[in-house]
Amino acid sequence: MVGNEEQPKKRTRREFLQQIGIVGLGSALGGSAILAAFNYDKNKTDSQRIRVLTAQNELHEINHGDLHDVNPQKPVQLTYLQQQGREGLEGKRFVMVIDLSKCQNARKCMAACQNAHHLRPEQHHINVLKMEETENTPPYYMPKPCQHCDNPPCVAVCPVDATFKRQDGIVLIDNERCIGCRFCIAACPYSARIFNWTEPINAQVDKDLEYNVELNVPQKKGTISKCLFSADQVRLGKLPYCVSACPNGVYYFGDENEDAVTNGTTKETFRFKKLLEDNGGYTLMPELGTKPRVYYLPPKGKSVPFKESDKEEAAERLHHT
Amino acid sequence: MLEPSKKDKITSDLLRSIRLTNSFKAWMAFLTVALIICLGAYVMQLNKGLVVTGLGDYVSWGMYISNFVFFVATSLIGMLISAVLGLSGQKWASPLARMAEIIALAFAAVAGLVIVSDMGRPDRLLNVFIYGRVQSPIVWDITVVTVYVLISTLFLYIPLIPDLKICHDKIEKLHPLARKAYKVLSLNYVGSHEQDLIIKRLTRAIAIFIIPVAFAIHTVTSWLFANTSRVGWDSTIFGPYFITGAFVSGTSAIVIAMYFFRKNYKLEDYITHDHFDKIGKLLVLVSLVYLYFNLNEYMVPGYKMKRFEAFHINALFTGAHAFLFWSVQLFGLVIPIILLIFSKMRKPLPLLIIACCVFVGGWFKRYIIVVPTMEHPYLPIQNVPLNFKVYSPTLIEVLVTFAPMIMVLLIISTLAKIIPIIPIQETIEELEEDASH
Repeated sequence: MVGNEEQPKKRTRREFLQQIGIVGLGSALGGSAILAAFNYDKNKTDSQRIRVLTAQNELHEINHGDLHDVNPQKPVQLTYLQQQGREGLEGKRFVMVIDLSKCQNARKCMAACQNAHHLRPEQHHINVLKMEETENTPPYYMPKPCQHCDNPPCVAVCPVDATFKRQDGIVLIDNERCIGCRFCIAACPYSARIFNWTEPINAQVDKDLEYNVELNVPQKKGTISKCLFSADQVRLGKLPYCVSACPNGVYYFGDENEDAVTNGTTKETFRFKKLLEDNGGYTLMPELGTKPRVYYLPPKGKSVPFKESDKEEAAERLHHT
Repeated sequence: MLEPSKKDKITSDLLRSIRLTNSFKAWMAFLTVALIICLGAYVMQLNKGLVVTGLGDYVSWGMYISNFVFFVATSLIGMLISAVLGLSGQKWASPLARMAEIIALAFAAVAGLVIVSDMGRPDRLLNVFIYGRVQSPIVWDITVVTVYVLISTLFLYIPLIPDLKICHDKIEKLHPLARKAYKVLSLNYVGSHEQDLIIKRLTRAIAIFIIPVAFAIHTVTSWLFANTSRVGWDSTIFGPYFITGAFVSGTSAIVIAMYFFRKNYKLEDYITHDHFDKIGKLLVLVSLVYLYFNLNEYMVPGYKMKRFEAFHINALFTGAHAFLFWSVQLFGLVIPIILLIFSKMRKPLPLLIIACCVFVGGWFKRYIIVVPTMEHPYLPIQNVPLNFKVYSPTLIEVLVTFAPMIMVLLIISTLAKIIPIIPIQETIEELEEDASH
C-alpha cells in the first residue's frame, strides 16, 4: 500500500528534474554563447598592440589585453605630497656613483644629510665607514647611503607598503604609514635603515610642517627613516644634499636613462657607463641579488692616505676571523 | 560497564578543582599585581618610545621578538599531544590533551600581543589589515597565527562539550549564572549516540586540520628570519629547525603544567608516574631530533667559516655569546637528554626540574637565534654609540617581556578553574572500553 502511494510522487519528481535539466542545459548553452560573443568582442579591442617600458629599461610591444594593473588597489586617503612622493619622476632612473679613491672622510655629506632630514648625530642616512677587507689589503673610506636596490629586500618584507620602490628607482619610506615593526631593518643587508627610537630631534619645531615623503620630515617617533636620494632635491633638478656638500669630488649623481652623471663638487657631467667602464665600477655585494643603484669606483690611486688614527677601527673586524 | 560508584568518584575527583579557593584567589591577585607592574612598564615605553629598551639601529629586534618566537613555539604542544599522539592511537596521552590545548591556546593568543609590544607604532596596528601586502611574511604570520588560535579554541571547546554538561549537572554550590553559562555552552548536549558521534568526528577532523596549521605557524615564524640574507638566519633548514625546537619547549611546558596540576588538584590517580615516564621519553625523543638540527645549523657554517659567518660563529662559540650559547646547548638540551635516559629521572620531581631547565633554555635559545645575528651585519657598525653595537636589555624591556608570560599564567589558571583539566567523559569512556575487553 505504501509503495502505491509513493509511485506517483516519484514520477512527478523525475519529471520535475527532467524539466529542470532541460531548462538548465538551455541556460548553460545560452550563457556560454553570450560569454563567447563577449570574449570575441573583448579580444578584438585587446589585440591592439602597445609599447611598454619595463623597470629594467627595455622596450616591449605587447597586446593591450595583456596589460594588467599590478596595483589595482590604489592607496587611499593620501595627501598630495604622499601621492607625488609615491609616484616619483616619470622617465628617470636615478643612479649614484661613489669614487672611493677621492673620499678623505671629511663627513660633510653626513652633516648635510643630517641637517636636511632633521636627524640626531647618531642617526645616519649616509655613513662613512672605515673599511679593510683582509690583512694585506689597504684600508679605505666608504660612504654608504641606501643602495636604492632594484630588487629591494626591505620593500618585499614591509607588511603595509610603507616602504616602496618608485618608477625613478628611488626607494622611499612613508612614515605616516609605517607601523614600526623594523622587519625592513632586519632584511636590509647594507644596514641602511634607521629607526626613530625616541622623539625626533626637531619634534617641537617641525610639528606644524606638512609631512613630505620625499624629505621624510617631520621625522616621527616609532617609525623608520632612511636615505632618500634627496628625492625633494632631484624633483627640483638639483643634486642630493650629500652630493653637493662633498668637498672632495667623491659623488656623482644622475640619470641612467640619460647615461649621464654629474660630479657634486666639480659639477662636471660624465657618461655614466663610460665612467664605470674606465674606472672598474662595481656594486656592493652583488651576490645577494639586490641590484643596487649605487655604484662604487675602487679606492685606486688615492691622493690622500688613510688616516693613521682610523686604522685601528678599520681593522677591527679582521681580528674576529 | 563501569560501576556507578566508580563513575561518580571520577566525576567528583575531576570536578573538585572547580571552586574558588583562597589559595587560588591569592595566586590570581599576585598575578594581577605583577601584570599591572609590567603593564606600567609598557605604558612608559608607549610614552617615551622604544628608546626605553636596549634596542638600536643594528640590533633592532631583541627580547620581544625572541619572546614572540618562544610563544609561538610553545603553542605547538597542543598539536603534538592532542593531534599527533591522539591520531596515532597513543591512548595514554588523552588525559593530557586538554592541558596541552589550554597551553596552546594561551601561548598562541598572547603571541599576537607580544608582537604588538615590539611595534614602534602600535596605534597603527590596523594598517596591517588595511594595507596588508601578501608578499610580507609578517602578513602570513598574522594570518596563520589567527587561524591557529581559532582552531585551537575549537579543539579545546568541541571535546569539552560533554564535560560542560557534566559541570552543569554535577557541580554543587554553583552560582546560578555560572550554571546557566555551562548550560548554554554545552549546546543542549544530552549524551545521545548521534551527538557523541558528531563530537568524535568533528574532533578528529580538527585534529587532522590543526597539524598543517601548526606547522605553518612556526614555519612562517622561522621565515621571518630565514627570508633575510643575514648570516645566522639565511638557512634553508630554519622551518624544521624551529618546529623541532617548538616540540622541545612545548613538551617541557606540559611537564611543568602536569606537575603543578597533579599536585594542586590532587590528580595523582589520573596523572600517574607512568604519564611522567612516557612524557619524559617523548621529551628525549624531541630533544634528540632538535639536537640533530642544531648540529646541522651550527656545524655546517662552522666547518666552512665563510668570512661573515665566521664573525657570527666565533661570537657564539668563543666570543661574547659563548657562555649563553653553550649553557643553552648543554643545560637546555644535552644534559637533559642524558639524564632522561635513566628512568629514575623521569619521576615527577626530577622530571619537573629537568623540564624547567629545558623550558628556560628554550627561551634563551630563541634569544641566541635572534640577537647575535643582528650584531653581525655585513658592513661594520661604526659612528654610533656603543649601545648600538652591543645589545643589553633594560629593566623596562624585561618587565614588558614578563607581561605576556603572566597573561599566559592568568589564562591557564582561569581556564583550569572553570573547566575540568582532565576530560571526564573521555576518562570514563576509556575505562569502560578497557573493562569490556
